[in-house]
Amino acid sequence: MAADDTNEQKGLTSPLRRQLLKGMAALPAVAAFGGAPRAGFAADGVNTTGLAVTDTEVTVGILHSVTGTMAISETGSVQAEKLAIEQINAAGGVLGRKIKYIQEDGASDWPTFAEKAKKLLVNDKCASVFGCWTSASRKAVLPVFEQYNGMLYYPTFYEGLEQSKNVIYTGQEATQQIIAGLDWVVKEKGAKTFYLLGSDYIWPRTSNKIARKHIENFQKLEVVGEEYFPLGHTQFNSVINKIKLKKPDVIYAIIVGGSNVAFYKQLKAAGFDLENKQTLLTISVTEDEILGIGGENIVGAYACMKYFQSLDNENNKKFVEAFKAMWGKDIVIGDVTQAAYLGPWLWKATVEKAGSFDIDKVAAASPGIEFKEAPEGYVRIHENHHLWSKTRVGRVRKDGQYDVVYETADLVEPNPFPAGYQ
Amino acid sequence: MFDYSFAELSSILVMQGFAGLILFSVFVLMALGLAIIFGQMGVINMAHGEFMILGAYVTYLTSHLFLEFLPFAYPAYFFVAMVFAFVVAGALGLLVEWAMIRHLYARPLDTLLATWGLSLILQQIFRSTFGAREVGVELPDWMMGSLALSDTIEVQINGLFVMGLTVAITVAVLTLLFKSRWGLQVRAVTTNRTMSGAVGIDTRRVDRMTFGLGCGVAGVAGAAFTMIGSTGPTSGQLYIVDTFLVVVFGGAQSLIGTVASAFTISQSQSALEFFISGSMAKVLTLLIVIGLLMLRPQGLFVLKVRR
Repeated sequence: MAADDTNEQKGLTSPLRRQLLKGMAALPAVAAFGGAPRAGFAADGVNTTGLAVTDTEVTVGILHSVTGTMAISETGSVQAEKLAIEQINAAGGVLGRKIKYIQEDGASDWPTFAEKAKKLLVNDKCASVFGCWTSASRKAVLPVFEQYNGMLYYPTFYEGLEQSKNVIYTGQEATQQIIAGLDWVVKEKGAKTFYLLGSDYIWPRTSNKIARKHIENFQKLEVVGEEYFPLGHTQFNSVINKIKLKKPDVIYAIIVGGSNVAFYKQLKAAGFDLENKQTLLTISVTEDEILGIGGENIVGAYACMKYFQSLDNENNKKFVEAFKAMWGKDIVIGDVTQAAYLGPWLWKATVEKAGSFDIDKVAAASPGIEFKEAPEGYVRIHENHHLWSKTRVGRVRKDGQYDVVYETADLVEPNPFPAGYQ
Repeated sequence: MFDYSFAELSSILVMQGFAGLILFSVFVLMALGLAIIFGQMGVINMAHGEFMILGAYVTYLTSHLFLEFLPFAYPAYFFVAMVFAFVVAGALGLLVEWAMIRHLYARPLDTLLATWGLSLILQQIFRSTFGAREVGVELPDWMMGSLALSDTIEVQINGLFVMGLTVAITVAVLTLLFKSRWGLQVRAVTTNRTMSGAVGIDTRRVDRMTFGLGCGVAGVAGAAFTMIGSTGPTSGQLYIVDTFLVVVFGGAQSLIGTVASAFTISQSQSALEFFISGSMAKVLTLLIVIGLLMLRPQGLFVLKVRR
């Protein structure tokens, strides 16, 4: 193993040296023309840890599922990351180097994610990796990133209770999404009773745990029901009957994936009028899911996210335009897609602040990194490697887009380990 | 749980009973096609879910055709879509039988692997054609409402529609099997394939038509499911486990058994769902089914066949 490693090291550094020598040979010529070709640094100056960085190129990884059940969700993330990389390259790259990406398919299978992560870090020496969607896949790759000291930009809103020097979380953790949304619905709608629904795995259960704690202990209101359904469940008639009897002020739904289609269609068929009578708040339906549900079946529902495609600001207009130009005019952009877009940009800013691609220096330089051109507005990386960002509430229109009805005045501080909620 | 009034409890009973009946209809629709193929031919069709999704995609395309060319007839598009779904899924079934299944009759377990491969191929074709994201099938407005029977009791129109459709298809299939000449041949082949061949029944042809019919019924089921569920490349996988559960529990060779098992499973699931959460209800239902299968390993109904 050790011998292999050194061989690889040699294999990696010798072309670098050659290029370096070439560069030095060209120096007199450059000097004669009176200037450097660019304000670049030689590769071994900005990279002392053997990453795949040359004088002209830096290699990163994209690790998402493009096959299997999660492909539906992760397609948008891949598209956003490729867009960001293309834009960064067009603007001159990172520290004067063009970004080259290697894409691997996690295939919706957690061991595959871990294996591919190892490949990207050990074989390809990726300077950073953009990827994962489900918490299960993130948990699977986390030990790999910590062992081989890689850098992961993770885009999904998630349940929190995690923090790593090797991960930057560009989505919201639970408190940034849930608490602001519940506070809004209590204040605006005068809600007193809640019915919590979710798919049966870690993210909805943890999220609902936080929601219940917030409702009962902090708002002193009532949860009248809480239920979970297996992933892919398609029969919601029984729970809809229960909701009818309990008459909660708010249905709080964290159902994921295809189940959403069944749930909202059956809710509508059962006579629930989300536009005028029943308040429904969700944190798991983005523009992507509405494509499957059909806008007419969910019109009037509220979603608590940090990003909607309809956000009205200059950054977002440019982003949506560029996204559609690259991937087709009919495409929709959801919350996670935007968070995935932030990854390469944040990494670029961090590397340039650190003046190095080294993982430890990038990790150390991350807190305080700002991205003013983010489509969602402005974001900043916190000491805990999550983002400061605004929380917004949107209301579903019939065409499948959201009207933004509320946003927090300030950035919400990320807090992956909230006190009193565990 | 006990904080309901008497009137509320009785309406719970009615509405849960109705929810159970809808679930029952869904199960029968899902399992009927599989039961025909498995029961009559001994072929384990792992691609059954994909045939359903094919029907759903046909419905999606039909709705767009109507919006584009016949907007005035839109409220009725669903009936046309179901016919299309039957024809397209049935035709693909015939093709698959000819190209693949007929070579494997001597090796029934291999049909499991072959049709599983087929399901993966179909999923990829769906993904390449329609994209990885789910598509929404819009329904005519008249299907989305509910009928109020009293203040607290409401029944959903699309639920009633699925129930009606289930009855119609079940009756049609049973009539075909038990009243027609072709049905007689199918039952003869099931009972004794060699002997049937010897008396001049074209068993190859019977097999092909049976497989086509089973797939066609799956297509109609898929069309109906666009009313309640999702349509994506891998949605078929959501249904396949429940479908096998129903068929195996019912006794693999008996259509009556399929209906009875769908009824048992759906009603117990629906009743349990009211008192405990959805996930736990599913677990308990499975435990009940396993318990009953230990007592009756052949399933609820056993066809007496001389082997």
